[in-house]
Amino acid sequence: MQRVRLTFLDRLIKEPVVYQLGKKFDIVTNIRRADIQEGIGWVILELEGDDAEIDRGLEWARTVGVRVDPALGDLVEP
Amino acid sequence: MTHVTSLRCKECSREYPVGAFNVCEFCFGPLEVRYDLDAIKAAVSRESIAAGPNSLWRYAEFLPADHNPDVDINAGFTPLIRSKGLADKLGLEELWIKNDSVNPSYSFKDRVVAVASAKALELGFDTLACASTGNLACAVAAHAARGNMKAYVFIPSDLEAGKVLGAAIYGPTMIAIDGTYDDVNRLCSELADTYPWAFVNINIRPFYADGSKTLGFEVAEQLGWRAPAHVVAPSASGAMFTKIYQGFNEFAYTGLIGKVETKMHCVQARGCSPIATAYEEGRLIIRPVRANTIAKSLGIGNPADGYYALKVIEASGGSAVIAEEHEVAEGIKLLAEADGIFTEGAGGVAVAGLRRLVARGTIKPDEPTVLYITGNGLKTTEVVADVVHPIHIEATVAAFQDAIGARA
Ligand SMILES: Cc1ncc(COP(=O)(O)O)c(C=O)c1O
Ligand SMILES: [Zn+2]
Repeated sequence: MQRVRLTFLDRLIKEPVVYQLGKKFDIVTNIRRADIQEGIGWVILELEGDDAEIDRGLEWARTVGVRVDPALGDLVEP
Repeated sequence: MTHVTSLRCKECSREYPVGAFNVCEFCFGPLEVRYDLDAIKAAVSRESIAAGPNSLWRYAEFLPADHNPDVDINAGFTPLIRSKGLADKLGLEELWIKNDSVNPSYSFKDRVVAVASAKALELGFDTLACASTGNLACAVAAHAARGNMKAYVFIPSDLEAGKVLGAAIYGPTMIAIDGTYDDVNRLCSELADTYPWAFVNINIRPFYADGSKTLGFEVAEQLGWRAPAHVVAPSASGAMFTKIYQGFNEFAYTGLIGKVETKMHCVQARGCSPIATAYEEGRLIIRPVRANTIAKSLGIGNPADGYYALKVIEASGGSAVIAEEHEVAEGIKLLAEADGIFTEGAGGVAVAGLRRLVARGTIKPDEPTVLYITGNGLKTTEVVADVVHPIHIEATVAAFQDAIGARA
């Protein structure tokens, strides 16, 4: 299980990314919270599945222009 | 005695009992500590606080853990100094410097860890942990040493040795991790789920964060029980910034100070400015960045409290400012030469931000302003190494006179 935040800052992202994550990959996606305004915003997702599969899915999301980060923010503090 | 009632989700307001967790199970929002402020109001007075210890524990009624001398190294109650040199340079009539660089392990992180370590003991933990590249690791290792607790400090393996000495000296188990920054981050979240340790900024983050409220309390008390017109503070995760404001507001609610009209200004360096960039773009949505700044102690690219910092700016009528990278060392030198305080990169960023706010006219000459200096310059000497150029002479009066000129 992984918790990630997907950030969409490019209005041009046409892919239905969350849908495709569950469709193209063997991942169950669960939206916990989101804030989207005029096509920009973020989604906090819980992803269930094999770690390697989740990694592949997230790598794909990056290639279509989505920013992927840990849901909680950075845990390494200066 | 604490006046904690529950942990509450900042997003969906669901309540949880007090324990070592930081995330809402329902919406993954961050949890914060809720207090019975009316009970606090009944319990405190200016006199009772003034009679308390000369440490942040004078505000114990407002904190989520009881004072535990076993783990106390006297964090807090640092000097608030009326600036002379910097104030004159900037044309400010009432500029105050909160010098938090003189905490026991030399940064404000002692405040958050003081509270986190006391709470960890209360919750039955015998081990403190964190992932850090500097100040947090020092504070965790120091408090664990004092509290006779075990400490695990995780650092990225490509750090310069000098930066971690200030933590290693206290004898924690130090673990250097090979991999990218993201790898380190992910590993730490997995470890926090697996090991029964108090990861100060993860599973006990709600308590930890409230240690920074004392930066608001102290300044208000030291100003003679009032909040300033402006606060200028450096931000990384944004947590400290939001808690300073919460501190002022809790003091107002409990009648210790009047209405809070403080404008909160957050400063970040160009190389890692996700909060300030969102502010400039006029949105509450943070675009995470990869940190690349000389002010390493502000290098958080995906700030957990960035959104809440933006809300504080909005609510207080404040702003966010970006300091250019070259201004960081300039700011450090300026503060040292003008007021005799040697700060690290984060302080340089704050000084640069203050200059910009004055130049913009956001801060007016007669408005009481507090500049937060949160870390110590001796930890980041590389940044200002170029100041060292002594005049080399032989040990003779003649050589001295040659170099400096004869006495008039
Ligand atoms: C010296 C110093 N100042 C300021 C900060 C920023 O604190 P925060 O992450 O709460 O914004 C940090 C650490 O992150 C720090 O080490
Ligand atoms: Zn919630």
